[in-house]
Amino acid sequence: MAVRTLTINDKLVSSPEGATILQAARENGIDIPTLCQLDGLSTVGACRLCLVEVGPAGRLQAACVTQVAEEMVVRTETPKLREYRRMIIELLLTERNHVCSVCVANHHCELQDLAVKLGVDHVRFEYLHPHLPVDVSHELFGIDHNRCILCTRCVRICDEIEGVHTWDVSGRGTNARIISDLNQPWGDSPTCTSCGKCVQACPTGAVFRQGSTVAEMEKDRQRLRFLLTAREKREWLV
Amino acid sequence: MDLNELNGIAADQQASRKPCVIRCCTAAGCQSAGSAAVLKALQQAVAEAGKQDAVEVRSVGCLRLCCQGPLVQLDPDQRMFQKVRPEQASSLVAALDGGTTDAEPCDPAAPFFALQANVVLVNSGRIDPEQIEHYIAADGYQALAKALTEMTPQDVVEAVTRSGLRGRGGAGYPTGVKWSLVARSQGERKYVVCNADEGDPGAFMNRSVLESDPHSVLEGMAIAGYAVGASQGYIYIRGEYPLATQRLQTAIRQAGRLRLLGTHILNTAFDFRIDIRIGAGAFVCGEETALMASIMGERGTPRPRPPYPAESGLWGYPTLINNVETFANIPQIIRRGADWFASLGTPKSTGTKVFSLTGKVRNTGLVEVPLGTPLRVLVEDIGGGSPSGYIKAVQTGGPSGGCVPAHLLDTAVDYESLAAVGSIMGSGGLIVMDDENNMVDVARFFMGFCMDESCGKCIPCRAGTVQLHRLLTRILDRKATRRDLVLLEQLCGMVRETSLCGLGQTAPNPVLSTLRYFRHEYEALLRGERRHGGPHPDDQ
Repeated sequence: MAVRTLTINDKLVSSPEGATILQAARENGIDIPTLCQLDGLSTVGACRLCLVEVGPAGRLQAACVTQVAEEMVVRTETPKLREYRRMIIELLLTERNHVCSVCVANHHCELQDLAVKLGVDHVRFEYLHPHLPVDVSHELFGIDHNRCILCTRCVRICDEIEGVHTWDVSGRGTNARIISDLNQPWGDSPTCTSCGKCVQACPTGAVFRQGSTVAEMEKDRQRLRFLLTAREKREWLV
Repeated sequence: MDLNELNGIAADQQASRKPCVIRCCTAAGCQSAGSAAVLKALQQAVAEAGKQDAVEVRSVGCLRLCCQGPLVQLDPDQRMFQKVRPEQASSLVAALDGGTTDAEPCDPAAPFFALQANVVLVNSGRIDPEQIEHYIAADGYQALAKALTEMTPQDVVEAVTRSGLRGRGGAGYPTGVKWSLVARSQGERKYVVCNADEGDPGAFMNRSVLESDPHSVLEGMAIAGYAVGASQGYIYIRGEYPLATQRLQTAIRQAGRLRLLGTHILNTAFDFRIDIRIGAGAFVCGEETALMASIMGERGTPRPRPPYPAESGLWGYPTLINNVETFANIPQIIRRGADWFASLGTPKSTGTKVFSLTGKVRNTGLVEVPLGTPLRVLVEDIGGGSPSGYIKAVQTGGPSGGCVPAHLLDTAVDYESLAAVGSIMGSGGLIVMDDENNMVDVARFFMGFCMDESCGKCIPCRAGTVQLHRLLTRILDRKATRRDLVLLEQLCGMVRETSLCGLGQTAPNPVLSTLRYFRHEYEALLRGERRHGGPHPDDQ
């Protein structure tokens, strides 16, 4: 396999041809924040947190979907990127209801972790406070649209790994919603296999296991890793 | 069908032409003003006068001066009448023989008509868009015949490149370069797509072209198919254009019947089919990757590029996507030559451009001018200036564009000059504004549009446009502080740089361009002054 040599943050790194900047960075211990990306799922480049500056002009490109190229020069931490990432988190926090102290995912939430890491200690925009439903019609799980950031991990894991496609997105813009089947209650969904992969994939507390209370919901990402290894390598390693 | 038969149809059509033609515009603008009834009344009046053998009443496409519809033009003397009512039909028929008519005349030598060019709109208002014979008689499908019989696909790409034609959808990417990329791409199948999802507020150029001369677009697409090696084309048209859709369907059916589309076109080995896909009302589907997703039956959301459609488009195959007007230019480039086309316009922006002139201007309607024409000519001479006598700004390029202030009206309308003053050419919407328009309000209108039309996939566009709209509302309500203005500018920069597709990346443009030229209006609102639309300090 051909190897591409590139520079990330002044460090010379090599990476196999066809790899993304994100993969190359992570292989070399360079952290780039992400929300919509999840190993094993297709990439959509939607959250824009993984934007990095590429080339002398510093063009912003999403690291999760941009392939490495020979002599590429990448910067992952610049004042501008930090400011934009902060703003993205602020926009997410104001868009719906993200009150950590009453969330099942408190302390186990990727949005919360990123907000802490990026130093989002206050929000400059107006909170929108939309009135959104919580669907607990499913016997095991629930979906709280107030916590949803529309990363579509649940949509992709249901479609690509479970092969069911119970989830999809309806509406557009800020009115976009995750829906089950033909926008019916999750409990009435004839396609849902109750596998719970969406619960594990959700970066926040939007999709949760019923019966968990504040800060109780820990994600078992190892389960997703196991499934992925089993599918890709035919190795059933527990 | 071969070239001889094609010429035969043209000759028959010429021979059967009656000495007098009454042209009645039945494009959507005049139809909404009641031209269907006028057309019927004219046909009746001709029958009652017993002149069916000498006079043809023809339903034609756009006669351009949309604000004065319904429009009727008499041939051979070319007299034009505006705001025609059905009861005036018999006097109009009498006027053919020198009689008097009480219909309101409209001067075809007025600057509105005289300063216009006739390339894309050459057949508009002259031929019946629902009669393929009319198009053939106007040299229609000759370019396709020439391409198929006298030129190799490489020759066609070369001619388009040499013509200097740039994409008329807004971005101005050189069409020849795009064609050669698709032509060089490897794929067992290729597609040609016509983007007719015209969605900018105030824009109706593509609709008028499709309603007035649908065959020119079909011919352009077929030539493109031959040049890049595609045998299937799609026209993605917005659902809000039922008349254009119906005329396209008629045109596709007629062309198929004459074997100008389908298999073995003009007795050659070239096959090309065109199908219509109708949009469901999402502005973002005009973005090429979202458009392709919609054609494939998926949710119309953009995806990151690369891969570009030229490499991997519809179903993963190389796909050429051009705008309606781009395709409508192709037959003439092939027939009249690349050098002729390159001689029009400016060296970097060749050819003509169709604009829809709207807003606070006397003559609203469809306008075609050579590129490089000063904006002032378009607005003051062709448009006749604003009824209030004062022009504050001209908005170009729709929600992705910007406002050109009055003191820059001498800016030439071409891709580079408009970009230099912070706006864009866009697809061709021109909205004239006077002192009644507060520019912050204008910026908020376009932001509201982008907010409603955001697909919701990426966060900067989905949530950023909402916050931008809120900030603008707060400024208009005179509740904003200086900090809000700073935040507005920061957020504009962030949404522009980080959004996934063109819709989000250009959404802040109306704010940025009004901040650039009309910051004093923002400042006045911050100071708590009443909304005003007074003259620009530079103009006083």
